Amino acid sequence: MAATISYTKDHEWVRIEGDTAIMGITAYAAEQLGDVVFVELPEAGKALKKGDAGAVVESVKAASDVYSPISGEVVEVNDALDASPQTVNEAPETDGWLMKLKLADAGEVDDLMDEAAYKEFVATL
Amino acid sequence: MTATSDDTLNQTPLHALHVELGGRMVPFAGYAMPVQYEGIIAEHRWTRDQAGLFDVSHMGQRFLVGPDHATTAATLERLTPGALGTLGLGRMRYTLLLNDAGGIIDDLMVTRSISEDDDGTLSLVFNAARKEIDDDYVRSALPDDVSLHAAEDRALLALQGPQAAAVMERHCAKAGDLTFMRATSAAFDGIDCHVSRSGYTGEDGFEISVAADKAEVLARTLLAEAEVKPIGLGARDSLRLEAGLPLYGHDLDETTSPVEADLSFAVAKSRRESGGFPGAERIRRELETGPSRLRVGLRPTGRAPVREGADILAPDGETIGMVTSGGFGPTAEAPVAMGYVAHAYAKPGTTLQVSGRRGAEPAEITALPFVPHRYFR
Repeated sequence: MAATISYTKDHEWVRIEGDTAIMGITAYAAEQLGDVVFVELPEAGKALKKGDAGAVVESVKAASDVYSPISGEVVEVNDALDASPQTVNEAPETDGWLMKLKLADAGEVDDLMDEAAYKEFVATL
Repeated sequence: MTATSDDTLNQTPLHALHVELGGRMVPFAGYAMPVQYEGIIAEHRWTRDQAGLFDVSHMGQRFLVGPDHATTAATLERLTPGALGTLGLGRMRYTLLLNDAGGIIDDLMVTRSISEDDDGTLSLVFNAARKEIDDDYVRSALPDDVSLHAAEDRALLALQGPQAAAVMERHCAKAGDLTFMRATSAAFDGIDCHVSRSGYTGEDGFEISVAADKAEVLARTLLAEAEVKPIGLGARDSLRLEAGLPLYGHDLDETTSPVEADLSFAVAKSRRESGGFPGAERIRRELETGPSRLRVGLRPTGRAPVREGADILAPDGETIGMVTSGGFGPTAEAPVAMGYVAHAYAKPGTTLQVSGRRGAEPAEITALPFVPHRYFR
């Protein structure tokens, strides 16, 4: 069974693999931002609470905060985005992931939307 | 960004075409305007490589009408530091409306009539967000025999890029005869229009003023050419930033003087002595002794863009200025910005710091433009 992906109203996605959460921004968010030219990622080891601004995605025109969908410690960031930030546009929900967190509270993911609910939410925007 | 706010926005004559082409419409200076179609970087690069079509119908097209050129030009010269009396037929010039303190109320293009038959008229193009302010200011200074008229029934299109001339010549032979900052009246596939060789991208190109009800036909004709794609406001901004061209409301405001803005070329030599325009004393003094601050180009050393509003710091950490435009330059392939710094720090090559949301980061003063102009002179 494929790992399930959960979504926030701020257009982040998170995929749980064991006690690790991989997160990024959704295709909708990437489309809205436009061409990404720089991604600012946190240091490994940083503790993020659910809703903290964990990363910044900068497009040609503007900078946007990315909020952590869940609480946890940053264990890895996607360093490949330094050289090719446009991957966030090209593959936002796969190769364009932003960071991996060590889950602090696995229950938090239950508060997020599943894919069907997120699609419904985006359709209202 | 709510759906209801769109109801109160003005639409240009090309609104339906923008929507049909998939333009992402955003509010800008009271108009619904396309910020992008396929993407800012792709549109920016297309304009530098081929030809981009811009709708700039939101800008304020005006006619200043007097009995003869000398009278009309003298009227406008009382508000600007340009030498407009010596402007030839069909010649275009960049100038500035100034307030009594020598601050810039707006920057604008002025074009003298094409032919002697209707001489005494100057065509003006105001920034969209400054139209009403400019109208009031100019009207307050008009003698009885000069009047200002809005050309609200006209659209304004810009075709910009190295292929613009080849495309224009297929439909409007006279356009190809123009050199930079010259204008003519012409027929574009039989449509009457006013064409100038000018623009806001640093590239060769044309601006075409046409009756509103003919604008869509003209735009569709241009877009049918293989070299032409529609370009939104996002790329218009990144193109002009790379070209070192200031944007009113960001790089220029009512406190900025022409000298501070590095627009001294718009202060005609003949008028530096004679004066007779608002703020002439301040401007003469700044030309002699240097302004307290100067508009400069800035290149952040890293890959992260700096944005409008970031502080500019001297090496010792003292704040010496502010970023007024900043973003990513797709042709420069790097972040680019402009801002104002104290005169002592304005020399290209000076290393400073910029401090925005990430804190202080190194940046270098860079000569403008970031990308060389390619005007057809």
